[in-house]
Amino acid sequence: MNNGLHMIVLIKQVPDIGKVKFNVEEGRIDRSSAPLETNPFDLNALETAIQLKEQIGGYVTVVSMGPPQADSSLRDALARGADRAILLTDKLFAGADTLATSYTLATAIRKIGSFNLIICGEKTVDGDTGQVGPEVAEHLNIPHVAYVCEIRSATLDKLLVVSDMGDKYLVEVKLPALITVTKDINTPRLPTLRNVLKAKKASIEVWNADSLAGYGELCRFGLQGSMTTVFKIVFPSEEGRKGLIFHGGDAVEKLVEVLRGRRFIG
Amino acid sequence: MNQPVKNGVMVYAEQKNGIIHPVSFELLGKGRELADKLNVELWSVLLGYHVRGEAETLIHYGADRVFLYDDPMLEVFDVVKYKHVLVGLIRETDPQLFLIGATPLGRSLAPRVAAALNTGLTADCIDIQIDDKGEIVQIRPAFTGNIIAHIKTRSRPVMATVRYRVMKPLPRDTSRKGEVVEKHPPTLQDTGLRVLGEVSTRSVNLAEAEIIVSGGRGLKRREDLNMLKELASLLGGVVGVSRPLVDDGWISKDHQVGFSGNTVKPKLYIACGISGSPQHIAGMRDSEVIVAINIDRSAPIFRIADYGIVGDLYEVVPRLIEALKRLKRVE
Ligand SMILES: Cc1cc2nc3c(=O)[nH]c(=O)nc-3n(C[C@H](O)[C@H](O)[C@H](O)COP(=O)(O)OP(=O)(O)OC[C@H]3O[C@@H](n4cnc5c(N)ncnc54)[C@H](O)[C@@H]3O)c2cc1C
Ligand SMILES: Nc1ncnc2c1ncn2[C@@H]1O[C@H](COP(=O)(O)O)[C@@H](O)[C@H]1O
Repeated sequence: MNNGLHMIVLIKQVPDIGKVKFNVEEGRIDRSSAPLETNPFDLNALETAIQLKEQIGGYVTVVSMGPPQADSSLRDALARGADRAILLTDKLFAGADTLATSYTLATAIRKIGSFNLIICGEKTVDGDTGQVGPEVAEHLNIPHVAYVCEIRSATLDKLLVVSDMGDKYLVEVKLPALITVTKDINTPRLPTLRNVLKAKKASIEVWNADSLAGYGELCRFGLQGSMTTVFKIVFPSEEGRKGLIFHGGDAVEKLVEVLRGRRFIG
Repeated sequence: MNQPVKNGVMVYAEQKNGIIHPVSFELLGKGRELADKLNVELWSVLLGYHVRGEAETLIHYGADRVFLYDDPMLEVFDVVKYKHVLVGLIRETDPQLFLIGATPLGRSLAPRVAAALNTGLTADCIDIQIDDKGEIVQIRPAFTGNIIAHIKTRSRPVMATVRYRVMKPLPRDTSRKGEVVEKHPPTLQDTGLRVLGEVSTRSVNLAEAEIIVSGGRGLKRREDLNMLKELASLLGGVVGVSRPLVDDGWISKDHQVGFSGNTVKPKLYIACGISGSPQHIAGMRDSEVIVAINIDRSAPIFRIADYGIVGDLYEVVPRLIEALKRLKRVE
């Protein structure tokens, strides 16, 4: 491993939310209905790492926990400039809530060994919690800064960042640390064709539960380590919405009448 | 009051500069209802410096007991210090339910506490109920707001962050009595974090706006936002936008509505030239009245609108402005 920052970027493969189908009758999500992609915010996390590498030098490891097909997201990350990719995949990891997911990721990070900075996306488009990052930091007993929208300066032992908590704060954090980044931090670059071809042939390390034994407790992975259960899924109803559409010349007048009637005007 | 009974419901009281975030009062309202159903006390915990005066306020909004940590060490929000304090208090008092507002602060703090306690945490809940088995049910949107999940937690405490402006605070009752329990934080060394100050305060707080007039890619030029500003100010509201306008640098992110922007719940939301992508709808679905103005009758925004006008916003909005001005003149 070369000098500079050793960064670990956590990425998740998710369904394209615009295309995924929901089975309203059965209360099911048909995950196979949509193409898979890397969680959009995680591309901002990866871009953050690559820019830091360009600025002060370093090494970027991407880690993803998911089914074997998450391999393609990791290859994409290599094509965008990551140096090493690790896929955590095992039936034992399945059914994990954020607690078990973060524990598994933290265990893998312990196995990776030394690092300076872990970077996560703000949240995933499917889980939609933003919890995994801070939970990983807690398991590893390192500080974290959430909602980082700007890195003002970086050295090998500390970062100066802006954290967007509604109001924005300037925060200095000593490394090793974890940050979660918002989409405002950068615009992710596209991989070049040459790098895509190279990444196709690259090797992705695959770690299963057994390979993590010794770094964490197996009983805290997957379903067994999860403390929350989704027992019902319903769909947000738009019942109660009037759905009155006004056309034609007097549409504006009709709308104004409605707004007056509901006391928004006058 | 005697020793606290175990297993109360605990609400985290978020404050900034000694001012309690209103989501905390909402949580006390909900917490009161849940504590009564579970037949336990309602607790609140307040961390900060020079915040003592607010402890009583939490009682006025429904708390039976407030655990107060008033210490210079807690003056600014340091997530690691705050986590240490809460973990210590939770271990000592053993609440069965712990609620935190799903604000950026809450969503950064709660997961650390949950991971330290090895307990489950449900994000961004829009309701918490007790089912007929007496178990706590947490209800939250997921999949970018496309589904609503019902969740149970098998570890203790049950922890949840709860969305702002979905629960009702109780009216403030200054005659309510309760107990303030003064606590002292453990001495904490260097956490690695140093908050050096506030860089900027948001220019508009969409989350609290009662009326929002939003524009999307149906707008052709940045200047055309002025038209929406005029409409908004005639209605006493503020301007929101869909994400592409923020990405193009037309307006600051404070104005963005949606999954990666603000979640809003105004009394009136007028969407002009917004198609209604799942990511946009995720942020405004719960508005009381939704009006859509779009040239395309098949735009998804019409599916969640109460009222819609199919038409060119460059004709509709100026006419709306005219009509409102006329009405103002008449008054
Ligand atoms: C991870 C992720 C997070 C995202 N977060 C957000 C978010 O927080 N907020 C958000 O808004 N988006 C978000 N998006 C983007 C989202 O997917 C859509 O791209 C975006 O909402 C579209 O914005 P729009 O409706 O303004 O534009 P478009 O979809 O292009 O729609 C423009 C609409 O204007 C109408 N129109 C055009 N001309 C006129 C006219 N003259 N008069 C009337 N109507 C007209 C058109 O018929 C069309 O319906 C996110 C995307 C991703 C992947
Ligand atoms: N299965 C996973 N594998 C790797 N990283 C993940 C995984 N799940 C979540 N993350 C990381 O944690 C962030 C927050 O995820 P979430 O808590 O699911 O919203 C994501 O943006 C990723 O950086």
